[in-house]
Amino acid sequence: MKGKKSQAVWGYIFILPFFIVFLIFGIYPIIYTVMLSFKSWDGFRPMTDAGLANWYRLLEDDVFIHTLGNTLLIWIVDFIPQVLTALVLAMIFSQMKIKGMSAFRMTYYLPNLITAASMGLLFNLLFNGSGSTANQLLCALGVDSAPFDFFNSPAFTRFLSSYILWWMWFGYTTVIIMAGITSIDPSLYEAAYIDGAGKMQVFVKITMPLIRETLIYVTITSIIGGMQIFDVPANLTNVNGDPQRAIMTSSMYIYVQGFNNYSFGYASTVSLVLFLVIAVLSFLSFKLMRRNEA
Amino acid sequence: MMRLGRILVYVFLIILALVAIVPFYLVMVNASWPAFDIVSSLKLFPGAAFADNYRALMAHTDIWRGFANSLLISVSYVVLTGYFGSMTAFGFAKYRLKGGRILFSIVLMSMMLPSQLSIIGFYFLNLRLGLLNTYWPLILPAIANASAVFFLTGMIKTTVPDALIECARLEGAGELRIFHKIVIPLVSPGIATICILNFVTSWNNYMTPLIIISDSRKYTMPILISVIKGVYLSNYGAMYMAILISVVPIIIVYCFLSKYIINGLTLGGVK
Repeated sequence: MKGKKSQAVWGYIFILPFFIVFLIFGIYPIIYTVMLSFKSWDGFRPMTDAGLANWYRLLEDDVFIHTLGNTLLIWIVDFIPQVLTALVLAMIFSQMKIKGMSAFRMTYYLPNLITAASMGLLFNLLFNGSGSTANQLLCALGVDSAPFDFFNSPAFTRFLSSYILWWMWFGYTTVIIMAGITSIDPSLYEAAYIDGAGKMQVFVKITMPLIRETLIYVTITSIIGGMQIFDVPANLTNVNGDPQRAIMTSSMYIYVQGFNNYSFGYASTVSLVLFLVIAVLSFLSFKLMRRNEA
Repeated sequence: MMRLGRILVYVFLIILALVAIVPFYLVMVNASWPAFDIVSSLKLFPGAAFADNYRALMAHTDIWRGFANSLLISVSYVVLTGYFGSMTAFGFAKYRLKGGRILFSIVLMSMMLPSQLSIIGFYFLNLRLGLLNTYWPLILPAIANASAVFFLTGMIKTTVPDALIECARLEGAGELRIFHKIVIPLVSPGIATICILNFVTSWNNYMTPLIIISDSRKYTMPILISVIKGVYLSNYGAMYMAILISVVPIIIVYCFLSKYIINGLTLGGVK
């Protein structure tokens, strides 16, 4: 019987590397960031205690509030159309026999695979300058006021960031929602059709409530990712999110405060507040979406 | 009426497909025209300046070096993810561990951690360990890849029969040998899926190499792309060429593995 005990030991040995690496690369940075949020440090000179100074500073930091607003706005203008597009596509794919369905789905998902940094640069090139492809196209179409100075407009630049994110993510969301739909018991539909329900009715009354878990998953993962968005806006214009910081997200602000201004203490505080914002938003949307359906 | 509806649906689907593809098409077209032509008139079909743009790009940027760096990192990342992911999963799936449930829920919770928000701490950790400007910070975290563990635990539970493991034990096989000779081969399709998905994630990773790597010879593809605007200023042909080189390998891989990738997407969180 010596086997049983040594076997259990092997179980621990197998999971040990995960936890060692998780402690070092996952937990330690979090603890260190929390610690730094109470310090003042440029990374070179000795660290000094700052008490709550960083936290007070944050409360009065208009730029931080501005970046948080940008982040939320860019996320919402991306996310709502993204879920709507995905729902419409999922409805079409699940209710109709579409020729080439998997080819369509494969195409919609493609932008999600491509390096976000490349996509930021690409859309910069397509829209920047009077000779850019977008302006050439508008001129060719006979738009009078073209060429536009697109990246001089904060509103347009923000919208373009949202558009790129929508473009990168609607296919992914479609795949996830369709997976939720395929897990529904088909007999539920049959019953509804026998009762004379139309396709649209079935989708709204049966499918939607049953994919609630999926929608919650999509929303929360999108909040977590969207509130940290960095690659696309940073490469669309620059890391300051110009024009006029219109697309400077909170993650970009953390980067700039830390690695450009060397205010590592303050950058840590901003990180933690952004973490709290993400936690609260995720929690609220979870509660809201749970309650909506009773 | 029904017919018209169907046609409209197809029109909608095709327009969306074009929306998804056209930017990539424009990359290819613009990468094949001289910089001056790109900005002077609209180009909708490929030109003949591929080679010139390539030469202009290579004059200031060793893009293939960045390619090789990214490849080295991503392959190492994926090997560690596959190996340690299935090892951790084996531990959770087939051994009675005291506190196993709590430990497993820690794994689940770590999936929800917004990792980018501890980037400052991550930077100083690697500074202390002397790992700045090395690839270790980009590779080693693969050992603690929670979503791989989550997915593979489920898979090992359902596809590796307990009887098979018992049988191997009776024949005197050690636990490590069982892991290598029985578990890994049985779940290799799942490992493959996990590897493909994580390859893409690692390949596209931007913020971590941005803060860790400062030596330009060690730049990864995304970092090279992000600094390129400052190098070429208005040589659009060269920049489009760089984007093309960063995009095409992924599209080619996707053409062969799209089934794995799309099916793999739903492994993460949806039951």
